[in-house]
Amino acid sequence: MSKGRSPFLTWMLVLGMAFLYVPMILLVIYSFNKSKLVPVWGGWSVRWYVELFQSPEVWSAVMLSLKIGVVNATFATILGSLAGLAMVRFGRFKGRTLMSGMLAAPLVMPEVITGLSLLMLFITMQDLIGWPAERGFTTITIAHITFSLAYVAVIIQSRLVGMGETLEEAAQDLGAKPFRVLTDITLPRLAPGMMAGWLLSFTLSLDDLVIASFVTGPGSNTLPILIYSRIRLGLRPDINALATIIILVVAVGVAIAGIIMMRQQRQRDLELSRVSDG
Amino acid sequence: MTDTMRDSPVPEVDKALENPPLGARISRKIQSSWKSVVVFLPYSWLLIFFLLPFVIVAKISVAEALIASPPFSSLLEWTDEGILTIRVVIDNFLYIFQDDLYVTTYLNSIKISSISTLLCLLIGYPIAYGIVRSPPTTKNMLLFMIILPFWTSFLLRVYAWMGLLADQGTINNLLIDLGVIETPIRMLYSEFAVYVGIVYTYLPFMILPLYANMEKLDNTLNEAAADLGAKPTSIFFTVTLPLTMPGIVAGGLLVFIPATGEFVIPDLLGGGNVLMIGRLLYNEFHANHDWPVAAAVAIALLVLLVAPMMLYQHYQAKEAEAR
Repeated sequence: MSKGRSPFLTWMLVLGMAFLYVPMILLVIYSFNKSKLVPVWGGWSVRWYVELFQSPEVWSAVMLSLKIGVVNATFATILGSLAGLAMVRFGRFKGRTLMSGMLAAPLVMPEVITGLSLLMLFITMQDLIGWPAERGFTTITIAHITFSLAYVAVIIQSRLVGMGETLEEAAQDLGAKPFRVLTDITLPRLAPGMMAGWLLSFTLSLDDLVIASFVTGPGSNTLPILIYSRIRLGLRPDINALATIIILVVAVGVAIAGIIMMRQQRQRDLELSRVSDG
Repeated sequence: MTDTMRDSPVPEVDKALENPPLGARISRKIQSSWKSVVVFLPYSWLLIFFLLPFVIVAKISVAEALIASPPFSSLLEWTDEGILTIRVVIDNFLYIFQDDLYVTTYLNSIKISSISTLLCLLIGYPIAYGIVRSPPTTKNMLLFMIILPFWTSFLLRVYAWMGLLADQGTINNLLIDLGVIETPIRMLYSEFAVYVGIVYTYLPFMILPLYANMEKLDNTLNEAAADLGAKPTSIFFTVTLPLTMPGIVAGGLLVFIPATGEFVIPDLLGGGNVLMIGRLLYNEFHANHDWPVAAAVAIALLVLLVAPMMLYQHYQAKEAEAR
C-alpha cells in the first residue's frame, strides 16, 4: 500500500511523534537548568552534571547495573539461542509445548508477579539449601536472565525461520555432520540475531526496576532502584542530568548498532548473491 | 528433510573412523549428544527459575501469615499422630474478595487498562496507517522513531511526565504565562496522569503490530470497493477495519496485559489517589510484609490475565503458521 497520505494522517503522524518526543526533549533541556526547582528556568548551567559525577552512590549503582547487564546479556544470549534453535530446528521433541509456553509467558507476565515469585523462590531455596546466601548481584542477574532469554529466543526463532534451511541441507548433502553444520553454517548466520538479542537483553536489564527491587538485598542498588528512590518524592534536577546522559548513550548506541547490522546484512547479501551467481 | 536423514552419518566417513583416535571419539560423542544439551540447558533454567516460582507462590497463597521467618505457615505438616497432612488456607482469598479495597482496586485496574487500550488504539491506528502510506524512506525513518523509545529507560520516560504535569510543571507554567488559567490545574497524582503515562509508554506496542498487519493489506480491495461506488468511510468500516482486526487484537493485548499489572506508572504519576492491583501487590509485600496476601493478590492478578495471555499466544502461533 502506498497511495499517499491524507492531510489527517500526516497530522496524526506529526502529533504522534511530538507526543513521543517532546517530553524527552524537555527533560534534556531542563537538565541544564541552573535553578534547583526543575520546571522553573534559572539560566543555563552544568552544575547538576558536576554534582552527579561527584556522587559515589550514583557511580556504584551504575557499575552494578552495567555488571548485571553484561553478565545477563551474555548468558541470556546463549540460553535464548539454544532455546530458539531447539524450537525451530528440532521438530517435535518431548515437552516442546511446555517449553513454548515458558518462552512466551515471560514476555507478557506482569513484572510484579515475576518479581514476587522469584523472590519467593530465592527465599525458599535459601531455607532449604542455604543458597543464595544473600540477595544482590547474583539474584538480580538470575532474574534478568530468565526474562531476557525469552526475548532472545523470539529474535532467534524468527531469524531461523527467515533463514530457511537450504544452506544447511546443502552442507549436509556435501557430507558435513550436524554439529559441523551448526558451527560452520547456522551459528555464523545467526550472529546478527544473537548480537541484537545481546543488546536487547542488556537494555532490558539496565531498564528493569520492579523485578530488581523485589529480588535485591540491602546495599545492592541498581541504577533504576536509585533513580526510583530519588524521584518518588518529586522532581530532581540531578535525575534530569542522569536521564540526559542515558538518552545520549542509548541514541549513540542504537545508531552504531544499526549501522553495523545494516553493513553486515549488505555484506552477507552480496556474498550470497556472488555464491549463487558463480 | 527428516530427522533420521539428518542424524545418519555418511557411510564412507563412518568406515574411516572405525578405529578412531580419542579426539575423534570425543567429537563423535559430542555430535550425538549436543542436541540434548541444546534442549536441556534452557529447559531446566526455565523450569527452575520460571515455573517453580509460580508453584511456590501458589503454595504461599494458601498458607497462613506467621510472625516468623519466612512469615508464612508450611503447606505440609506433621500432625500429632505423625501423619503428614496438607494444610490449605483459603482465608487469604476470602480476605481479598471480601475487602472492599481489593475488589475496588481489582475493578479499577481493569477499567484503567481497558480505557488506556482504547485510547492507544484511537491514537495508534491513524499513526500506523500514516506510516504504511508513507514513501519507503520516510517509512523506515518513522518506524525507527517509533522503536527508539523502546531502548530508552522506561522509568525516565515516566519521570519526564512528572515534570510536565506537576503543579509547578511545564504545562501549568505555560498555561499561566499565556493567561489561560490563574492557578495551576492539578494533573499529577490523578487518574488522568496515569492514563497519559500508560498511553505514552505503551503506544509503540499498539502501533507496531498494527503496522505489521496493515503492511500486508492488499490495496486492490480498497480500489475495487471504490470503483463499485463505496464512500471512503464505508470502505474503511467494511474493508479496512475488518482486515486489520488481527493487528488490533495483538496490539490491544500487548497494551492491556502489561497495563493491568503496571506498578511504576500508578505509583509515580497516580500517587496515593489511584488504586491499581500491581501497586497494591507491591505495597502489600514491601510495606505490610503480608506475604500470603501478596501471593494471593498475585494469583488473582494472574487469573485475570490468563485468558488474554492465552489469546495472545494463540494469535502469535497462528501468525507464525501463516508465515
